[in-house]
Amino acid sequence: MLETKNILLVGVGGQGIILASKVLSKGLVDAGFDVKMSEVHGMAQRGGSVTTQVRYGEKVYSPIIGKGQADILVAFEKMEAMRWIEYLKPSGKLVVNNYSIPSVPVLIGQVKYPEDIIEELKEKVDTTVIDAANAARELGNIRTQNIIMLGALVKALNITEVNWEEAIKDTVKEKYVDINLKAFDRGMELV
Amino acid sequence: MKKLLTGNEAVARGAYEAGVTVASAYPGTPSTEILENIAKYKEIYSEWAPNEKVALEVAIGASIAGARSIAAMKHVGVNVAADPLFTFAYTGVNGGCILVTADDPGMHSSQNEQDNRYYAKSAKLVMLEPSDSQEAKDFVKLGYEISEQFDIPILLRLTTRICHSKTLVELEERQEVGIKEYDKNIAKYVATPANGRVLHVKLEEKLKKLEEYSNNTPINKVEFNDKSIGIITSGVAYQYAKEVFGDSASYLKLGMTFPLPKQKIREFADQVDKLYVIEELEPYLETEIKAMGIDVVGKEIIPNVGELNPDIIREALLGEKKEIIEMNSEKVVSRPPTMCAGCPHRGLFYVLSKKKNVVITGDIGCYTLGSAPPLEAMDTCICMGASVSAGHGFSKAFEVNGKDTKVFGVIGDSTFFHSGITGLIDIVYNKGNAATIILDNRITGMTGHQENPGTGFTLMGEVTEQIDLVKICEAIGVKHIEVINPLDLEETEKAIDKAINTDEPVVIITKWPCVLKKSPKEEVEEYGLDQRKICTVESDKCKKCKLCLKVGCPAISFKEDVGAIIDDTMCVGCDVCLQVCPFNAIVKVGE
Repeated sequence: MLETKNILLVGVGGQGIILASKVLSKGLVDAGFDVKMSEVHGMAQRGGSVTTQVRYGEKVYSPIIGKGQADILVAFEKMEAMRWIEYLKPSGKLVVNNYSIPSVPVLIGQVKYPEDIIEELKEKVDTTVIDAANAARELGNIRTQNIIMLGALVKALNITEVNWEEAIKDTVKEKYVDINLKAFDRGMELV
Repeated sequence: MKKLLTGNEAVARGAYEAGVTVASAYPGTPSTEILENIAKYKEIYSEWAPNEKVALEVAIGASIAGARSIAAMKHVGVNVAADPLFTFAYTGVNGGCILVTADDPGMHSSQNEQDNRYYAKSAKLVMLEPSDSQEAKDFVKLGYEISEQFDIPILLRLTTRICHSKTLVELEERQEVGIKEYDKNIAKYVATPANGRVLHVKLEEKLKKLEEYSNNTPINKVEFNDKSIGIITSGVAYQYAKEVFGDSASYLKLGMTFPLPKQKIREFADQVDKLYVIEELEPYLETEIKAMGIDVVGKEIIPNVGELNPDIIREALLGEKKEIIEMNSEKVVSRPPTMCAGCPHRGLFYVLSKKKNVVITGDIGCYTLGSAPPLEAMDTCICMGASVSAGHGFSKAFEVNGKDTKVFGVIGDSTFFHSGITGLIDIVYNKGNAATIILDNRITGMTGHQENPGTGFTLMGEVTEQIDLVKICEAIGVKHIEVINPLDLEETEKAIDKAINTDEPVVIITKWPCVLKKSPKEEVEEYGLDQRKICTVESDKCKKCKLCLKVGCPAISFKEDVGAIIDDTMCVGCDVCLQVCPFNAIVKVGE
């Protein structure tokens, strides 16, 4: 029996995490897995921290992932990687976007955005750093960062049972299919 | 066909499949998407009501008329709807009726984490608690059968994790049930004291039969595995318990939690060595089971505050903790939600934050964020509508005790329609002098852009009458009403100062669309939204005084070597920072 796999996606409202997780869960469902996905709504559009949890396997119970149990943590923003790192298994993988979005306490000068995040993470855990913003700009659309991160996730976790092309076609708007397919491939290459 | 649905989508699907024809709700996280999804089924008439009490009353009327109906709301919304709820349990239904309560353990987006299971016991309703989306759909359909068979309304109790988690659901066809015959029945539907006394006795008789039903229904399910540990649980807590114990414990999984299946509970307790109750929030099941004289462990090891999760259960029952990666978490900076760049509330709260000797009573909505740094322009936030009425209480207390402090009640447009109007009537009727500021951003913002009585559209997308805020205030008797543009700081300040110096009821309506709203063409033209140019900082003029940071806009940042910086992907050109800068360093791009 396949052990349940736990995927945690974290970032900031507006980064397209919800869409990436929709493609992910659609692909996993079509491949025949039991899937549960949990999102935190409500404050997402107002610059708050956003998380999506996806669990898949033969039979999944809890829709949420406990501490020390994520097989992979995909952080769309680097400080969010640090915020959620205790949810990752010590043997798990971290895929982190080398991208920072300062929060309001930073913007108004109350506190400083932490330095050397990536270096500290690398010391503790198997870390892959992705420059999704640059890759997305090269593709011609900054908003494809989310699907680049998805491609990186799929490669890092080595999910081979899924037809991702179909999942992308079924989920994103028709005029954005081509660029998102390219973004997905680009993300795969970056790992 | 199996589809991945949220609990809210599954409830909507269940209502569709069960042949529901009338649905009403007031939006509130985590319940909002129930009605948004019901609205996609053209067979169902669906609407946003101005508040939860009205929504439930609409469902009650439709039920008595003979239709299957549904009302949905967040947990605190049930408080608003509690008055009709208790009497509806007495009268019973004609067409089946379900009230959905979406509780928010952990307060992801709420002001408290009350446990609405007590409403079922207190109002004497049948309660069903699904543990995933499939059950959410199935229990809606079963709920209509129970409701009609026993002549009683149903409370379907969800929590945030059920509402917003996606799990697989088998879709089925809609069953057209049409409308039942409506027969005038004064003894049943007119709750006078004389009728009520009879109805209460009948209700108690129904509940006895329902307890028998509860003992026999397959949704109260025993799963025997190893009998050294027995767990009684319901809702999402069942999934968490299974996650931790799998097949190494036995379960009594309760889908119907009022009336409780006492016989089944007793039989289960007799067959296991050690009995636990695993439930989120209050000891609702535990107290009932202990009252039956059964020895059970629950809240002494599982907290009654916050959201439950498998980690808490594992540690409480097994004393185990998973190994985690330790890092210096002090470095992580908080990321609180904030008013968006270009939010029309920012200008108003900036002006209010500068005023000395004022009290600002707040309300429920995006604008509650006006309480956050750097603005901190709010003193209270209690519930929907309390800005106006608690503001009146504040000002009367000051007045009677000889204090000269002006009170401003700050309330959103949708919230004003919900329950601000009655507070304003109180101010005028009782000669108060609290000022009321209605933040009319032309939509219900916080819950994700639902239409409301002021927007001119219905939930089903039809054009309708726009309820006019100015005319309402005039009709109530307010003599000082001003409609202002809250992004114009001078205009806003003038209106605020005038209110401070007026010893009569004042209403200021700040009218500007929510920056996230997809405004219709007419609105784009009316406000010139497509003509706006974004702002930028001329670094050589910037004196690094940081005054622009005081508006708390997420598009403005600061670097010691260059000064203020405006993010051109976030700025929409609202100009609030431009008006604040004393050195004219902030300018419009291309002007």
